[in-house]
Amino acid sequence: MSKIKAENVNVYYGSKQALFDVSIDIAEKEVTALIGPSGCGKSTFLRCLNRMNDVIEICKVEGSIKMDNLELNSRKLDVVRLRENVGMVFQKPNPFPKTIYENVAYGPTIHGIAQSKEEMDQIVETSLKKAALWNEVKDRLDEIGTGLSGGQQQRLCIARAISVSPEVILMDEPCSALDPIATAQIEELIDDLKKEVTIVIVTHSMSQAARVSQKTGFFHLGKLIEFGPTDKIFKNPDNQQTQDYITGRFG
Amino acid sequence: MNSFKKNLLKKRYNAERRFQWYGKIAIGLALSFLAVFMFQIFSKGYSAFQKTWIVTEVHYDKELLLIDAESPSKDDLENADYYDVAYKAMTSLDPGLPEEEDRQLIQMVSYKYEAEVKDLLLKNPDYLGKIVPIKLTASDDVDQVHKGNYPRDIPEKNRRVNDYQLQIYDMLNERGDILSEFNISFFTSPDSREAELAGIASSFMGTVFSILVCLAFSFPVAVLAAIYLEEFAPKNKFTDFIEVNINNLAAVPSIVFGLLGLGVLLAVFNLPRSTPLVGGITLSLMTLPTIIIAARASLKAVPPSIREAALAMGASNMQTTMHHTVPLSMPGTLSGTIIGLAQALGETAPLILIGMVAFVNTIPGTPVDPAASLPVQIYIWSESAERGFVEKVSACIMVLLAFLILMNLAAQIVRHKFEKKWS
Repeated sequence: MSKIKAENVNVYYGSKQALFDVSIDIAEKEVTALIGPSGCGKSTFLRCLNRMNDVIEICKVEGSIKMDNLELNSRKLDVVRLRENVGMVFQKPNPFPKTIYENVAYGPTIHGIAQSKEEMDQIVETSLKKAALWNEVKDRLDEIGTGLSGGQQQRLCIARAISVSPEVILMDEPCSALDPIATAQIEELIDDLKKEVTIVIVTHSMSQAARVSQKTGFFHLGKLIEFGPTDKIFKNPDNQQTQDYITGRFG
Repeated sequence: MNSFKKNLLKKRYNAERRFQWYGKIAIGLALSFLAVFMFQIFSKGYSAFQKTWIVTEVHYDKELLLIDAESPSKDDLENADYYDVAYKAMTSLDPGLPEEEDRQLIQMVSYKYEAEVKDLLLKNPDYLGKIVPIKLTASDDVDQVHKGNYPRDIPEKNRRVNDYQLQIYDMLNERGDILSEFNISFFTSPDSREAELAGIASSFMGTVFSILVCLAFSFPVAVLAAIYLEEFAPKNKFTDFIEVNINNLAAVPSIVFGLLGLGVLLAVFNLPRSTPLVGGITLSLMTLPTIIIAARASLKAVPPSIREAALAMGASNMQTTMHHTVPLSMPGTLSGTIIGLAQALGETAPLILIGMVAFVNTIPGTPVDPAASLPVQIYIWSESAERGFVEKVSACIMVLLAFLILMNLAAQIVRHKFEKKWS
């Protein structure tokens, strides 16, 4: 079942066009990987899905992006509600310079999700458990989040993202700053999370896309070249460019 | 390696060595200027922290005091006539002196000696009728003689202390009746025309009130302006124009702000002249751009990833700013504020224009009482010819420097202690 349906999305940075007529169907409770060389527009597309492009003043988005029949690319959309439903994990771990507890509790606090302290404690614990971080930090929840290791920080960011129970989580190269062990942990986590959440992940690692995703989209020069089941894209792509990129002949 | 290459390498090393030497010489020069300056100030000023007293005996004679009552009340003592008692206390130092020459003795103590005689009795009512020793503030001339600042071997007519007075001074000094003690009154007295009585209490309080008023006006305005410009305002020609003008404002000579204070605060709003209120507002105009620039720089230094994290969690712009960006920028903003205030602390010209240069011999209790300020006090005293004021100028500079060093230290501590580290 389709969770997000994008049709003819064009994105401009000033006079420069970054995305050309991208149309894509993202299925519910699956992992969709977006791959492609640097500057191909995959991150730009990802940021359309939670309207993070609003921050960039010169950025203009055209076309239709629907999530459960809600038009995301509309002036009337309440971006605060949208971002409550669509969480995001960034390339570089960016926990707040506050305690681990405060990091996870921030979202529920500003959205008024927890009614009491007990409920909040529960949310923090569940989120950290889902992010596979609980056992490592349960005794030091009042320590500063930025004091954790890189991999732990990224899992803390994932815990923060899932604390408000979003329907979709966007991940922008979440493992590019991590070592292989931390990467493996995050990938395992993504596998667990997809039972409940729809995940869209941008990655530079071909093998990561192959491991974690069910669908893969290949972007090149702002165009979605090919989109389909991961198996097919990696084993038997229709397009020659996709074939070349995957086999490392350019990129 | 051929000789050409060797030469080139040698040249390069020599150039680096020369460059390092230039740097060392520059630092050495700067430090030696500072050392000379400090030495000047300290060697001239340290003696101002010593006060010279003349010890004599006073007889609290009821008849001379014109007290009739058997057991006089506090009011009786308050209203008694101390002129003769005080006069006698001084002239008793040399009973043989003809009456028409008595001024020579009276001039050796401060003109307030009568009040000092009175104060001692008011504090100790049981001295009434007794002969007790008393400390009187020496005149600034005797003070300077005692501190060794006046040469004694020049002709009498070129001296402010004549031969007779020197003779009395030597006699008293031999008896141990010239005392030198820590000068508390320098810190507790307001300004005076007499060097031996002048203190910095009025100007110190004036400075404190001015700085507080300046902080109260400039900090909220500057921080709000910086937050709006940095976090909310669209980036266009108009905001660029505002930014350029804020930077220009920081470079405007301070005397111009003084004229503004004179023309607007005093002439239009009729605020009380010579007060720390007006001084503080005028100084806040100067501090404003400094704080705005510091606050904007420290807002800019907050990594964008923190803003993105908050926005992606569904925080509004306002929440992102207030929950994350502003708290993280506070250490930088605060240390910028303290540095701005330290600049304002040393400012003289605008305060002179708004009338804080007036002679004030009361200690201000509120920001709307007339007051001087420390730098203006330095200016006022430096215009006086008496040797007594020369050391006071240096002493006042020392107090001002101590104040400045404390504030800069506070800025450093705020910056290092409260700055949060992010990965």
